Amino acid sequence: MALARETLTINMGPQHPSTHGVLRLVLELEGEVIVSCQPVIGYLHTGIEKEMEHRTYHQNIPLVDRIEYLSSYHEELAYCTAVEKLLGLSVPKRAQYIRVILCELNRIASHLVWLGTTGIDLNVSSLLMYCFRDRERILELSEMVSGQRMMPGYFRIGGVAADLPEEFAPAVRRFLDEFPRRLDEYEAMLTDNLIWRRRHEGVAVLSREDALRYGVTGPTLRASGIAYDVRKAFPYSSYEDFEFDVPTGERGDAYDRYRVRMEEMRQARRIVLQALDRLPDGPVITDDRKVALPPRHELVRSMEAVIHQFKLVSEGIHPPKGEVYAAVESPRGEKGYYIVSDGSNRPVRVRVRAPSFSNLQALPSMVRGGMLADVVVAIASIDIVLGDVDR
Amino acid sequence: MSGSAFPTLLQAFLADRFGEDVLEAHAFRGDATVVVRRERVVEALRALREDPWRFEMLVDLTAWDRFPAEPRFEVVYHLLSPSRGERLRVKTRAPGDDPTVPSAVAVFPGANWFEREVWDLFGVRFEGHPNLVRILMPDDWEGHPLRRDYPLTEEPVEFRGHVPKVPSEIVPRVPPPGEGP
Repeated sequence: MALARETLTINMGPQHPSTHGVLRLVLELEGEVIVSCQPVIGYLHTGIEKEMEHRTYHQNIPLVDRIEYLSSYHEELAYCTAVEKLLGLSVPKRAQYIRVILCELNRIASHLVWLGTTGIDLNVSSLLMYCFRDRERILELSEMVSGQRMMPGYFRIGGVAADLPEEFAPAVRRFLDEFPRRLDEYEAMLTDNLIWRRRHEGVAVLSREDALRYGVTGPTLRASGIAYDVRKAFPYSSYEDFEFDVPTGERGDAYDRYRVRMEEMRQARRIVLQALDRLPDGPVITDDRKVALPPRHELVRSMEAVIHQFKLVSEGIHPPKGEVYAAVESPRGEKGYYIVSDGSNRPVRVRVRAPSFSNLQALPSMVRGGMLADVVVAIASIDIVLGDVDR
Repeated sequence: MSGSAFPTLLQAFLADRFGEDVLEAHAFRGDATVVVRRERVVEALRALREDPWRFEMLVDLTAWDRFPAEPRFEVVYHLLSPSRGERLRVKTRAPGDDPTVPSAVAVFPGANWFEREVWDLFGVRFEGHPNLVRILMPDDWEGHPLRRDYPLTEEPVEFRGHVPKVPSEIVPRVPPPGEGP
């Protein structure tokens, strides 16, 4: 008599602490083994893309902050870079360096959240406290610059909103001086920890071929052995000026992703230090009056400045007719903006290419045939942000 | 792809292989774009994936609504060659009364969710897609929100004195100079 093959279908999420947001997985199990996995998304769909078609280019900056909310600086940079490309506008060198400094600090902050939440998923709860302690210092740096810990709204089309405050550079250096020791501590706690290794090694393997097929990017792609990094392949915001390595893995398992992200934090620190050392003087926003507001002191002297101010505030900018795609390397992968303009003051279409969306699509192929408990590790290791998946 | 002209080698290859079915090939701000007739777009994607072009990754697949112009929908594929460090944008068009495009899932499995998203938000059907159902909006949603003729509204909120305001009313659309209102 043939044994009937019995499977059990269970729901994981959307309210589950280890799905890192409102993600729902429909899992089909045979015992403890995953037969199939179907992610169900859309719980956090906010229609930001639609809303952006109804606002001017500048009004969209606070909206994009809320997409990949753990790395808002990258989100703003991607959007501003795309609009600047559409305008054919060059950004002052100082502004480019400031953007790099903030983005790399943001990368560290975002990876710390990943590390801490992975820790809590695997019951290393003290790790979360350590990581959030360090992240808090980066958020304070963000507050120093933009007035906001998260969702800064600091970048502008053509530059940044204001110059760095004087106390910023010393504070960043103080943090970065201590940071490697902290990272060493975490690595001493985890890298050769037997439990950590057993939970990560050989788990949620993503082959090179599958990574390409699903359009996976970021640390998840690099852990599978493909050294594709937007910062190196298509340098933006002066990344070609800095020396840094792109760490890669070989096996494409969760452990390789852990190693890649840990090294990325060290490389991010390296980039910030270089940018601080070589930070050029000069303006922090373009002097193109059709794009950026004139400075206050001009308003009292020049009628033209007043007209520009009025036009920018009441209408906004008018990029030429056309379409562009610009991408940056966010902590999760390639964050791209595809903008279609008809020459009016509002975009016709803004498409957000979300790295988490593509990375999540590869999840079923990672967990199939694995154990139920490893799904938690798999989700943590691709480090998705649901705001980014659903937009 | 740097430079402002469409890469000549690629243009020659496409013209040779697809002839009249390549509707346009141009570059704007360094982004190379090729528009292919929808009947042969999947074939074009397959050819571009192979040697010597090696556009092995479908980075993004999306669409935009050209309403009221025709053909109304433009489906946009962003291809990337990680080994050669090049990008290419492939586009195809579908009319408003027959918004269907062949599915690219057989060439790029990653197109699966992207095509579901385009179906969900634009109502463009992908023929041959294994599971073309809504992905972001609720299953019982009516209409396709990212179409240009789908209005942006605000849900009424029960605050006293709150007047719902559509963002487009705060700064209205100003057409480019030389174009009527």
